[in-house]
Amino acid sequence: MNDTFELRSGGTHIEVHKFYPGAIVVVAVAALVFQAMAPVYFPKLSILDLPLLVTIYFGLSRRNPSTGLLLGTAIGLAQDALSGPTVPLGFYGMGKTVIGYLASSIGARLDTEHPAARFSLIFGFFVVHQAVLVVVRRLLLAQPEPWMNVRLAIAAAVNALVGTVLFLVFDRLRRRS
Amino acid sequence: MVAIPSKHKSLALLAGVLLAQVLMLAVQIKRDERGRLIRVWAISAAYPFERSGAWAFGKVRGVWDHYFALRTTARENEALRIENDALKLTITQLQTRASEADRLASLLNFKQQHEKLPIVGGRVIAASAGTASRTIEIDRGERDGVRKNMAVITPDGAVGKVIEVYRDTAQVLLLTDKEGGAGAMLLDSRTQGPVGGTGEPTMQMKYVATEENVTVGEKIVTSGMDKIFPRDIPIGTVVEVKPGTPFKQIRVQPAAKLDRLETVIVLLTQEPVEFKSETPGTQTGAATNEPSTQGAAPVAPTVPTATEKP
Repeated sequence: MNDTFELRSGGTHIEVHKFYPGAIVVVAVAALVFQAMAPVYFPKLSILDLPLLVTIYFGLSRRNPSTGLLLGTAIGLAQDALSGPTVPLGFYGMGKTVIGYLASSIGARLDTEHPAARFSLIFGFFVVHQAVLVVVRRLLLAQPEPWMNVRLAIAAAVNALVGTVLFLVFDRLRRRS
Repeated sequence: MVAIPSKHKSLALLAGVLLAQVLMLAVQIKRDERGRLIRVWAISAAYPFERSGAWAFGKVRGVWDHYFALRTTARENEALRIENDALKLTITQLQTRASEADRLASLLNFKQQHEKLPIVGGRVIAASAGTASRTIEIDRGERDGVRKNMAVITPDGAVGKVIEVYRDTAQVLLLTDKEGGAGAMLLDSRTQGPVGGTGEPTMQMKYVATEENVTVGEKIVTSGMDKIFPRDIPIGTVVEVKPGTPFKQIRVQPAAKLDRLETVIVLLTQEPVEFKSETPGTQTGAATNEPSTQGAAPVAPTVPTATEKP
């Protein structure tokens, strides 16, 4: 199996990366476990959304919307399950589903390998993810949810920064030809 | 090389996954006041369609019922009209039977109160054929022990006397006939005088002196002096008193409903009949209904009437 594939879209050639077997599952599980455990010991780490970063990364790398949204769904539902009974199943699931789809769709059209592009994309996806959560909270659950505030803006920036660095680590999980 | 996945396929998958999670959310969430969220959503989503559907269905059905189904409606109307007519007829028959039952019950009550009194009840089967006479024909005759000059009464009061007897029928001359009458007296003053018919619904009490005190509303009963009616059978009520010389002009409303007779009692004896428990009916106006004119036998004008001179 090849490590990378070449997509032809409007004459643009973009690579589709493959990963070591089980890499996606391991990374996703690790992100979920870390997201669940880290705030216990380091409350400030709750500002991070590692499952979101994992969803974005593999969505951008795989560049298959179907795969991306399904991966986002799985990660999101797992995050819901780990978030306690106050968070209904599907809350993060829908957010991650949308992000997985968008990341895969954008990754199939743009070169997302540059750190600056990744920072911007992560920041943008964080905002979109928050928007989806707001919609779900307000419209479907009839519960209050802030749209955007300073904390969220900082969280978006922090996640974008951490994600940009983390993505470099994840790049090492790619198979090379 | 891997082919680019279909955009529409992935969009459909996205929509499906999102919808599935929305439904999953709805199943989990339960609002305290309105139940599970999925039920709230389902009802809220279906309500506009249900309301619109109900409105549209009502309109369509209304148009159909009022414009296209008139043929059925006409048939139903016809059937209902026939049924209504039948019900009216049934009601009339039932009312008639109820009235007849009341009358028979009244007769039975009378008979029970006068067990030792030899009487026979009869049904009026005919009346005089013209207005010149006031007679009725009953379904009792010689075989039933009916004889001439027997008194005929109802629980309300005196009716008349038998003037002709046949094997199975008999003719009765009513008090209101010009030839009819009975020996009578004022109930309070015991003043006697014959009451005779005038050919009208009311009767006249004769030979009451001017100096006698007679008041409107006073009851008049039989005196027994005519040898036909026993004493104290109600005859009627004084409805009008006019001074006269030498006798008062007293108009009497019959106690018995002579214009609506259907069952009567023939007294087979002249033993006194007590009407203690029965207050004679007080008809306050002149009856306007003429007797039926069907199936009557000719009246024998030669039959003497029971009159009593003062």
